[in-house]
Amino acid sequence: MTTKSPVLPKLVGTRVKRREDPRLIQGGATYVDDVKIAGMQYVAFKRSDIAHGRIKAVDVSAAQGMDGVEAVFTGAQIAEILGPMPIGTPFKSPEHRAVAVDTVRYVGEPVAVVVASDRYTARDALDAINVTYDPLPAVVDPEEALQGKPGLVHQDFANNVALGPLPSGTGAGAPGAPPDDSAINKAFADAEVVISQRMFNQRLAPSPMEPRGVVAHYEKAKSTLTIWSSSQNPHMLRSMIAAVLGMGEDQVRAIAPEVGGGFGAKINIYGEDYVLAALSRRLGTPLKWIEDRSEEFVSMIHGRDIIGYVEIAAKKDGKVLGVRLRLIADIGAYNMLLTAAIPTLTMLMANATYDFPAVRTTLTEVFTNKVPTDAYRGAGRPEATYFIERGLDMLARELKMDPAELRRVNFIKPDRFPFQTQMGAVYDSGDYELALNKALENAKWDQLKAERDAAKAQGRLVGLGLAMYVEVCGIGPSATLPTGGWEHAQVTVERDGHITAMTGVSPHGQGNETTFAQMLADQFGIPLEHVTILHGDTGIVKQGIGTFGSRSQAVGGAAMHMAGTKVKAKMAKFAAALLEAHEEDIVFENGTIGVKGAPASAKTFGQVAAFAYIPVPLPAGMEPGLSEEAFFEPSNNTYPFGCCISMVEVDRDTGEPKLLRLVAVDDAGNLINPLIVEGQIHGGLAQGIGQALIEEVVYNSDGQLVTGSYMDYALPRAADFPWFELDATYTPTPVNPLGAKGVGEAGTLGSTPSVVSAVVDAMSGFGVKHIDMVLRPEKLWRIIQQGGQA
Amino acid sequence: MVQIAITVNGKVRKASVEPRTLLVHFLREQLNLTGTHIGCDTSQCGACTILMDGRSVKSCTVFAVQADGSQITTIEGLAKDGQLHPVQEGFWEEHGLQCGYCTPGMILSAVHLLNEIPSPSEEQIREAIGGNFCRCTGYQHIVNAIQYAAKKTQGLATEGTGR
Repeated sequence: MTTKSPVLPKLVGTRVKRREDPRLIQGGATYVDDVKIAGMQYVAFKRSDIAHGRIKAVDVSAAQGMDGVEAVFTGAQIAEILGPMPIGTPFKSPEHRAVAVDTVRYVGEPVAVVVASDRYTARDALDAINVTYDPLPAVVDPEEALQGKPGLVHQDFANNVALGPLPSGTGAGAPGAPPDDSAINKAFADAEVVISQRMFNQRLAPSPMEPRGVVAHYEKAKSTLTIWSSSQNPHMLRSMIAAVLGMGEDQVRAIAPEVGGGFGAKINIYGEDYVLAALSRRLGTPLKWIEDRSEEFVSMIHGRDIIGYVEIAAKKDGKVLGVRLRLIADIGAYNMLLTAAIPTLTMLMANATYDFPAVRTTLTEVFTNKVPTDAYRGAGRPEATYFIERGLDMLARELKMDPAELRRVNFIKPDRFPFQTQMGAVYDSGDYELALNKALENAKWDQLKAERDAAKAQGRLVGLGLAMYVEVCGIGPSATLPTGGWEHAQVTVERDGHITAMTGVSPHGQGNETTFAQMLADQFGIPLEHVTILHGDTGIVKQGIGTFGSRSQAVGGAAMHMAGTKVKAKMAKFAAALLEAHEEDIVFENGTIGVKGAPASAKTFGQVAAFAYIPVPLPAGMEPGLSEEAFFEPSNNTYPFGCCISMVEVDRDTGEPKLLRLVAVDDAGNLINPLIVEGQIHGGLAQGIGQALIEEVVYNSDGQLVTGSYMDYALPRAADFPWFELDATYTPTPVNPLGAKGVGEAGTLGSTPSVVSAVVDAMSGFGVKHIDMVLRPEKLWRIIQQGGQA
Repeated sequence: MVQIAITVNGKVRKASVEPRTLLVHFLREQLNLTGTHIGCDTSQCGACTILMDGRSVKSCTVFAVQADGSQITTIEGLAKDGQLHPVQEGFWEEHGLQCGYCTPGMILSAVHLLNEIPSPSEEQIREAIGGNFCRCTGYQHIVNAIQYAAKKTQGLATEGTGR
């Protein structure tokens, strides 16, 4: 009697529960702060408590004399062993030292470093360091800063201009060619209606729940450095650490162990990474630094902070003729890795989902005495979406048009893809009206409007908001990234038929250990439990770029698929030899490898694997073993899209806005695991809604951070949200073999303008056409109080 | 230095600590129970939540010396005899976590909630985890996870926990 092997379910496209979770729900994961090495000492950073000033003196003598203190270093001493920090953009940039040498330019900038026997002693020593400054005027308001007031952040950058004004759009002619404004000027000349509004997309704190942390271990006798860092991209970390320390990449091993969220903020290679590496080499001891949350608010990059002057020219039927978008990005005190590039993505996506005949964007980036900005979930695209969708909402209100109808009139039609935008982007695929229709249907839009009108008639402040979005993901060809934009994977079928696969993306919540295993299990016809995905260690994963820009599945997944395809082809050759069959007749299914039409002769997957490692006789022309790697270079970015509808009620007595409904339709192309995709969208929505309603980094006029802890920076809590009502459409991308577009950032795009438009709609009785974020109750309460009769 | 004796996950642990040592540092550094995490320094985020004498507390807000003589449960002590606690199971089944950093504290807050209110409403769940921040999930799958655990604990079917 033969036992029939179980039929393995097809896993791609199904809600497989995550393989990461057992360790995470039992306290068995290893984050950076859980790493211990014998002889390890603790590092703490003394940080500037003023926004701008010249360092007169750093007195470390008391600290140096404390029991347990190994060493204290001033900025000048660090500069002797560590050069300036490199950036990843090609623009002119001021020198940036990991520890300030003569001038501090934001509250939180490091001025001295302590190494001590334990973290309590290290903190005590910080308090014993005495720094005296000659204060300089704090540059806080970006638009005043552009007039050189009240001073200069960097002497070599007149009027604090870091970049620009840089024009883009309207067909995006040859780089460097003078902009041709004839099309945009004609649009405004022909306009029957013009919308014009200054909008502010405020500064946010990324706030991954695990703050940053670094362990560096230089082993002198081996001349090697191992660095553990809470990073989204250990390979990039390795390259930069090696370059700055003058070591070979072969001598540096970077490990991103379990990472507790990143949201873009852990792409950067920070000063603390370099300092720990340099000091471990100097002192010959392993070192650890773990960031406090209050420290994080003044040292981890911030996100957003862009002013947009939005102008829309249209006909009375709602057809938009042209868009002008003038952007002023407050980038803080220095350029970090990608700082300068992020607002350029706001320009790139200013075409949104529409067939605009002309779009002219202009970008100016300005230095201020604040924490530098850089990528935060969405990174430039939520800002674009916000400016355009809020502008269109204002246009719809002006024309007394349904906001959905206004979008419909202007959409890029499905038969126009691939579509070259006015900004020079080539959208891969899309069907925007399909997503809109599904969202309207799910929300019961007409009924919802009637409900709103009935509520308003009762004097309640209820409003509806609708926003479309399209984003640029799957980042993304090598021409667009200083690191290269490919991704790498390696797949090994082990002797026992299990699979070990390595990926160059570095997941920290995205669940790629599960999604990639789903793909490989299906590809080879073996159980999910027989596949292990490794990542986050340059000592194990040969090459990689990392996790950001919603690229893991679209680029990393594609690389995994390619590597799997190569191994499978080789394995089929071994099977053909073993079964004395033709390679093209070999079938992989249910843990066996057999010949088409002759299942009885099939070998188990493990038997063929074993033969590949002990190939007696070795088939002609073959090498033993089953291990292949692949680099996937995408031909283009992917452009996922969707629609977000929200319903809000503002409390007339307190001004507090409450989100009653949130209906979203997202199209991320083909989905590997819809459960994980939902989780990604939920998280993005929470951050996008957080931006609309409660989150804001605030500096006072002295450049002091007012929102320096969770006491003052409002991180969304569970009770802040309604039940998210999600749905999807599926428009695959032709850019990669999976048809997957990426979804990590999607939720942050449509939600913010949708919620703000709903609040404006609720408040429209008071004559307001736009309200800048964040929509604090106090702000709305003042409008209610000053607006009189509603 | 002060002598303390704390029962952690059923085992008496005697140690000598500085009076200012936070309980979370004692658990993590001296007992190597690193499943309890630190996510802030102002007692807002709840990543360090543990059970102390059956109640959920933020272990960053308790000195180790204050815990002398108490019974502590950390995430490492929640599964019994290789069986996940229903709340742990719920988080796995319902994708109640992504990066996992807030998860141990979130799970212990949920355990405390279900001890107090075996069958909480969605609103009660959202209120009860107000002292636990999660930046990844938007909380919806966490609500599902806790509802799953509530049903499981009461022997009810757990199918279709999400709406």
